[in-house]
Amino acid sequence: MTSAADAGPATPPASGPCFLEAGDTALIVEFGRKIDRHASALVLDLAARLEAARIAGIVEMVPTFRSLMVHYDPMRLTAGELKAAIAPLLQGLEANERAGRKWLLPACYDPSLGLDLLEVAERTKLSVEEVVRIHSATVFHIYMLGFLPGFPYMGDLPPALHLPRRQSPRVRVPQGAVSIAMSMSCIYVLESPGGWHVLSNTPALLWDPRRENAGLLAAGDKVQFEPISLSEYQTLRARAESGEWVPEAQAAGASA
Amino acid sequence: MTAALRVVAPGLLTTVQDRGRIGHQSLGVPVSGAMDLVAFEAANAIVGNPPGTEAFEVAYQGPTFAVETGSLRVAYVGGEAPIEWVARSGETRRLPPLQSIRLAAGDLLRIGALSGSAIGYLAIEGGIDVPPFLGSRATLTRGGIGGYRGRALAAGDLVSLRRAEAPVRDEVRLASLDLSTPKRFRVVMGPQADYFTPEAIATLLSATYTITPATDRMGMRLDGAKLQHDPALGFDIVSDGIAPGTIQVPGNGLPIILLADRQTTGGYPKIATVISADLPALGRLRPGGHVAFEKVSVEEAQALYRVMMREMGRLADRLEPVPPEVRIDLDQLYSRNLVSGVVDAQR
Repeated sequence: MTSAADAGPATPPASGPCFLEAGDTALIVEFGRKIDRHASALVLDLAARLEAARIAGIVEMVPTFRSLMVHYDPMRLTAGELKAAIAPLLQGLEANERAGRKWLLPACYDPSLGLDLLEVAERTKLSVEEVVRIHSATVFHIYMLGFLPGFPYMGDLPPALHLPRRQSPRVRVPQGAVSIAMSMSCIYVLESPGGWHVLSNTPALLWDPRRENAGLLAAGDKVQFEPISLSEYQTLRARAESGEWVPEAQAAGASA
Repeated sequence: MTAALRVVAPGLLTTVQDRGRIGHQSLGVPVSGAMDLVAFEAANAIVGNPPGTEAFEVAYQGPTFAVETGSLRVAYVGGEAPIEWVARSGETRRLPPLQSIRLAAGDLLRIGALSGSAIGYLAIEGGIDVPPFLGSRATLTRGGIGGYRGRALAAGDLVSLRRAEAPVRDEVRLASLDLSTPKRFRVVMGPQADYFTPEAIATLLSATYTITPATDRMGMRLDGAKLQHDPALGFDIVSDGIAPGTIQVPGNGLPIILLADRQTTGGYPKIATVISADLPALGRLRPGGHVAFEKVSVEEAQALYRVMMREMGRLADRLEPVPPEVRIDLDQLYSRNLVSGVVDAQR
């Protein structure tokens, strides 16, 4: 039990984040209802504060685009106690995106791997070179991981490349496919069905259950893609599959 | 060498499960784990395992195992099923649930079709020797992780156990275990109840839904009265976290209850969440079955959860020696119907 046991339910300021009950073992702290870089940064700052506060009874936390889900154990913490413990940490949250690492990930934009590259160029009325340049010049922010183990939702894609999802999703999107839809880019870390437009493929195995740290990416990290040739891609993919090559991140604070 | 089981027939969906893969949802890794925590922990208690030890979860149609090497102690708890023990000598016996039994090399254990609950557990004294992944042995077939090679058991598999031998001792049983299902499953409203019309909320709390065949360990899809989203807000939300028992409502208005293998995040409004004390019973239901809901407060839900967990913690204290008549003539006992069904249709 926390020291806040008798504080009762707490409500954050009306204009600020709000608490939403998600059953009796999870609580959502919601900062907004839209995809918003500022809200995302506040979510991640709260997650870091809660991590540091080591509140007994919090089982795990899941940051999303606009909210933090806190899974907890009602044997150790009631809903009221949890809210009372979180409320003071909502004061003075900072949105400076300082925590994330930066990943420079090689990606091959050859049309044999960038399955939708030509179609995206046509639909956005850009040249293929411009599509590649815009996508690979963007420093993406990982809002959250979900859908598949280690699958990053990254923003924000420059408006010139905004397209709705494909009308008919692919049954199999290849592992490593770097894709876009709406204001987001993503990486299919495992082969799966998917409806996003595939621009390129990264040889990096971002989710590899053979590794102790199976998933490399984390919410709050920054990602930029570095175009490579098909032969470089093949070499790196072979080295990744044999376990010889794993991409490394630049240290925290190196974000653009 | 440890004891090992040969899968003679795999059953419909036999997987290794424990209490789930906790602590990796922020990476997008689902929790998984036992669908019916009460039956799972009872089976573990009967063979003397600590809570949370991995066990075989069986669904609808049980497996047949042959003991390849060593000896082992097992207990089955869950949906009522004919359980046959064919000894090496050829002698066949019907075994009651809720009781431990020692098997030796050459023996065969056959679990038939489950009635009542859709789910049962075969716990093994000492546990099952499969490698943990991210701290858990729970199988997530969709991700190919955990359990036996990341999948359900298949005929011919040879599954190693953690111990080589089970010592001979008096067997124990649980006299009874309540595996009934409630008439109404209790829910805490939200987190997005405000995305629905007042009529939709009233419908959720009064209608009876039918479980469709498109139901699995990930989610229970329901058919029945449609739940209308508030037209001003729609049904497409920015993805946020998903709790166990979440009732999400996609555009077609038909609720889906998210279960053990649920995705970590999702983009449909979530009208309510089934309370954790009622999740084990939810896991017992099968397609064609019915569910209805009633609202409780989060405080009530947490009090009910604590009661359930305390009762589970006392399972080991409730074990009793198997009475001599049960040891002597199980068949006669069955025919006299002294061991009644473990699952009642309704509480």
